[in-house]
Amino acid sequence: MAIEVPVEHVLLVAAGLFLLGLLGVLVRRNIIFLLMSLEVMMNSAGLAFIAAGAKWGAPDGQIMFMLILALAAAEVAVALGLVLQISRRFDTLDVDAASELNG
Amino acid sequence: MDLALFWIPAAVALASTLLVITRKNAAHALIYLVVSLLSVAVIFFVLGAPFAAALEVVIYAGAIVVLFLFVVMMLNLGNTSVMRESRWLRPGMWVGPAILVSILLITMVYVIVGLPNANVTTGEMVGPKAVGNELFRPYLLAVELAGFLLLAALIGAYHLGRRYLEQRREP
Repeated sequence: MAIEVPVEHVLLVAAGLFLLGLLGVLVRRNIIFLLMSLEVMMNSAGLAFIAAGAKWGAPDGQIMFMLILALAAAEVAVALGLVLQISRRFDTLDVDAASELNG
Repeated sequence: MDLALFWIPAAVALASTLLVITRKNAAHALIYLVVSLLSVAVIFFVLGAPFAAALEVVIYAGAIVVLFLFVVMMLNLGNTSVMRESRWLRPGMWVGPAILVSILLITMVYVIVGLPNANVTTGEMVGPKAVGNELFRPYLLAVELAGFLLLAALIGAYHLGRRYLEQRREP
């Protein structure tokens, strides 16, 4: 069942989730937590798209969400490979350890 | 009454996301991330997007988080990493970023609340059939591009992971 929800409320929740993810990216130093926060941010962007799609009763919002999903899956696959490399090379998950281009 | 159906999962999502970014143990944070993603899936369902809700459960909570869990298990993070995490994460570190983020939040709330006239969602389900019809007609090019992106990610992940396994075998 679907109900009528003011779009402002959904956008407020999406903004809250996005900013929580941003706070995580700013504060955490562990690269795994950075990636989790990025996932939260992308998810909140998807929520905003779904809200817009529901406002007009159109499927376009859901399609944009699916494209975000594909992007998130691709990003996570590559980033976790990089996490494995960083943990092997520097023996830590600290992002600051990998701050130089010539590792 | 109806709005409670939206705000309850929204509150769960916000609370579990806050727990995700404050945990010290990566596995605990991942479980809270699953809770957050599932509650966002409930919000999608309430908003009338059942197909997106199903995809959220299957791909986000199912595939992506499991991928994270595999990496956490491969890295074998134990008590030492939790202790290192609490050394990195002093309470004072939260102050500056929290202030900056709350400034952004206040700005966004001001803009969103100040929107003209009430916008309300239609309250109608947009089912998988409508999504599929739209996806494979006007958005066909976007589907192809997403396929390219996933192929590139596949090759990149394979490349990075293969070197990891080879160099690990050497000693």
